[in-house]
Amino acid sequence: MHRSNSEIILDMKNLVVDYETDDGIVHAVNGMNIKLNRKQSLGIVGETGAGKTTTALSILRLIPDPPGVIKNGEIFLEGEDILLYPEAKMRKLRGSYVSMIFQDPMTSLNPVLTVGEQISEVIRVHRKADSEDVIRKAKEMLEVVGIKSDRYNDFPYQFSGGMKQRIVIAMALACYPKLLIADEPTTALDVTIQAQILEVMKDLKEKFDTSLILITHDLGVVAEICDIVSVVYAGSIIEHGTLRDIFKSTKHPYTEGLFNSLPNINARAEFLKPIPGSMPDPTQVYTGCAFYERCKYAVDKCNAVKPPKIWLNDTHYVVCHKYDDIELTQKEVENNGM
Amino acid sequence: MLKYIMKRILMLLPVLIGVSFIVFFIVNLAPGDPARIIAGVETDEETVERIREDLGFNKTVVERYGIYMWKALQGDLGTSYYSNKTVIEAFMERIPNTLLLGFWSVVFGLIISMPVGIISAIKQYSIFDNLGMVLALTGISIPSFWLGILAILLFSLKLQLLPSGGNEFWYSVILPSITNGTQMMALMTRMTRSSMLEVIRQDYIMTARAKGLDEKTVVLKHALRNALIPVVTTAGNFLIMMIGSAVVTETIFSWPGVGRLIVESISKRDLNMVVGCVILITFIISIINLVIDLIYVLIDPKIRSSYGIMKG
Amino acid sequence: MNFKNAENRSQVYETWRRLKKSRTAVIGLILIFILVTVAIIAPLLYDYNNDIIKQNIKERMQKPSLAHPFGTDEFGRDILGRIIYGARISLIIGVTSCLLCGSIGIILGVVAAYYGGMIENVIMRFSDILMAIPSILLAIVIVAAFGVNLFNIIIAVGVATIPQYIRITRASVLTVINQEYIEAAHSIGAKTPRILFRHILTNCFAPIMVQATLRIATVIAEAASLSFLGLGVPAPTPEWGAMLAGGRAYMREYPHLVLFPGLAIAFTILSLNLIGDGLRDALDPKLKK
Repeated sequence: MHRSNSEIILDMKNLVVDYETDDGIVHAVNGMNIKLNRKQSLGIVGETGAGKTTTALSILRLIPDPPGVIKNGEIFLEGEDILLYPEAKMRKLRGSYVSMIFQDPMTSLNPVLTVGEQISEVIRVHRKADSEDVIRKAKEMLEVVGIKSDRYNDFPYQFSGGMKQRIVIAMALACYPKLLIADEPTTALDVTIQAQILEVMKDLKEKFDTSLILITHDLGVVAEICDIVSVVYAGSIIEHGTLRDIFKSTKHPYTEGLFNSLPNINARAEFLKPIPGSMPDPTQVYTGCAFYERCKYAVDKCNAVKPPKIWLNDTHYVVCHKYDDIELTQKEVENNGM
Repeated sequence: MLKYIMKRILMLLPVLIGVSFIVFFIVNLAPGDPARIIAGVETDEETVERIREDLGFNKTVVERYGIYMWKALQGDLGTSYYSNKTVIEAFMERIPNTLLLGFWSVVFGLIISMPVGIISAIKQYSIFDNLGMVLALTGISIPSFWLGILAILLFSLKLQLLPSGGNEFWYSVILPSITNGTQMMALMTRMTRSSMLEVIRQDYIMTARAKGLDEKTVVLKHALRNALIPVVTTAGNFLIMMIGSAVVTETIFSWPGVGRLIVESISKRDLNMVVGCVILITFIISIINLVIDLIYVLIDPKIRSSYGIMKG
Repeated sequence: MNFKNAENRSQVYETWRRLKKSRTAVIGLILIFILVTVAIIAPLLYDYNNDIIKQNIKERMQKPSLAHPFGTDEFGRDILGRIIYGARISLIIGVTSCLLCGSIGIILGVVAAYYGGMIENVIMRFSDILMAIPSILLAIVIVAAFGVNLFNIIIAVGVATIPQYIRITRASVLTVINQEYIEAAHSIGAKTPRILFRHILTNCFAPIMVQATLRIATVIAEAASLSFLGLGVPAPTPEWGAMLAGGRAYMREYPHLVLFPGLAIAFTILSLNLIGDGLRDALDPKLKK
């Protein structure tokens, strides 16, 4: 596959995805923008139901349809809009150019096929190689993620959860994808195993020169592995910046809430402070800010007018009326790319 | 694997003994004097008494059951009251026909139900799906004896394409096996569909798609094998149901199988034959069930391993 | 306790609400309603002795007409009338055997699940044995041995359904039995039988209802098969299977003799299956949106 050797791997512009169900239209993703460079790793952080997984699945164009429909937007992978691709061409990208790791390793492997076959399969589909080469390659991948290659013929149930996730990673990286999307890859695992899996991912990302999108609700995981962070609320990004931007100069009240709800050993705050309320009804359409009802800084304007995207420096932006004034002084509004 | 088979056969024995016990007692506890029925109303009491003694009806039921089972273990299920054939001879003569009918019924059922079930699941709520499900529901609701009669009416009497009974020609089996297989076909179609629907919602199907596999591979390689597990598990029930409906089918089509033998024997009150045939047919069903279980073991690796037949 | 009651009521209500939304179930319910109504008012429509069982050779084998919408049979009897009276027999067989054998199965199932151990083992092996015999063969043996009358037929076709009830009940009781509110009931000192029937059975109600609806269908079909084989309710009582068997000899010239009785059977089974399907969908939490 010949592609321009551009630095930008993924450029998602204003993605809108709806689920059209019997109970109404669910606006899962409302104008999502992602720009990702080569070797960069992006953490997408948000609560369950914020549209993180839907965003990820749309990059692979695997949103279950029906009921899911991509209503608007463009997704450029190295300069080509994949939303315009025919299905056959799209299939060639899946597993080779973009790979995905799903949340629950317990259910993401096929129970009736050997793990070896499940890894071999992806190589066989995307690479021209005879069956011996394929098997050798698959065994190599097993070793890479730290599993003995003589377990090639074992079935998924013979492995523990952490091992299964390693196998899933081996499968995802078997064709050296340029972009790896990991959807809550450690949520279903024990804490000790989580650290191991993150380590494996970090190593292999370096080794294979892969860009990474890590979807999680866990800021700790993000700090571990990501360069840039997007905080997502109700289907769109409300704050975005480098790891340092987000962690050291948190701006959005929601992001602030996320940090406050973390247990902090140093501060030893008396109580965790959960964000009050829950995710808004996704069938609703907002005239103003979606976080309005849960925000302690909310003013009338927040309910009436959509907050603008305010750039605080070259890498850091926030979508919130609280910083309207800063906008006047520290003015650096980007007009394109909304 | 051998251990597993042995274990299954051991589990089979109490069931078979139980079946023989139940059937034997139902028949022998029934009111009425079997010797008198065999002899006929006109015969004098002396002859009846002789028949009673010959056939052992003067002993208690429990004694008779004991003797019966003792002989059964030696391969003797007694002799027909009417012909000189032993029950086993008569049964062996007829069983190939029943198995042939059963085989073609299954073939018919599978040929239709598998593709229809799979396509209906993939294209859920499409016209094909709706049509398929209406057909399946109809298939379940039409009793096989009516279907058989309609088939004879249409294909034999009106169109004169196929014979209405007997087993002289190779194509004689067509109408009986369609009649016999329809209900199973309909049930299998629905099961395959719902099982497929369940499986294609699983995460590993999404994983398979995310690997870039084409839809055919996703469905046939990843989904179908998982979807078949519950279908195969219940295949034994289908088999029992189908052998049962063979009793009716064989009667409609004068198909010389065991089912018809049983019905004939009942109208003659040849009770030895009835008891023997029911026990033997249950035995054969159990054997086939065992084979189905072994197939099940082959497609589900989890079970395979628990019986130590994994290579690594 | 009151809270629990309210929950049960709302579960039944919720089921009913979803059942009403299912088009298939509603069609099935309407069809069965029609069938039951017609069966009940049959004596108003036809005189049993004169129209249904009295032979009338002059009018034999008439094709459908205004006077005889479904025609007449080989003895000159009105087929529609016989089908309507036949519905009574079929429904009586279906409902009675379901109530009788259903209760036996449910009790055995609850006992097996609740007491476990040896008792459970014996009950489950008994059910295995019954399931190993093809149901129609079991029915044939019973009717052949004990003689052909309505009660024996009801027992004969019903016995084979007992294991189904045992299994379903046992399975649902087992899933319910370990849940906390049962323990709670124990802890506030509720007596065992009370726990069994008040809590467990109300929660197992749904799967058993589905099973019962579908079993009535198979039992009716099986009873019709029996009389088709000549082991059913004795002539001249109108029975669908027997009507089919009787009409078979003349079906080349008079297909209506086999068409209408068969349609009646298929119609009844279809309606019950529709209700059963709708009920199952309505009760299946996996299909809840």
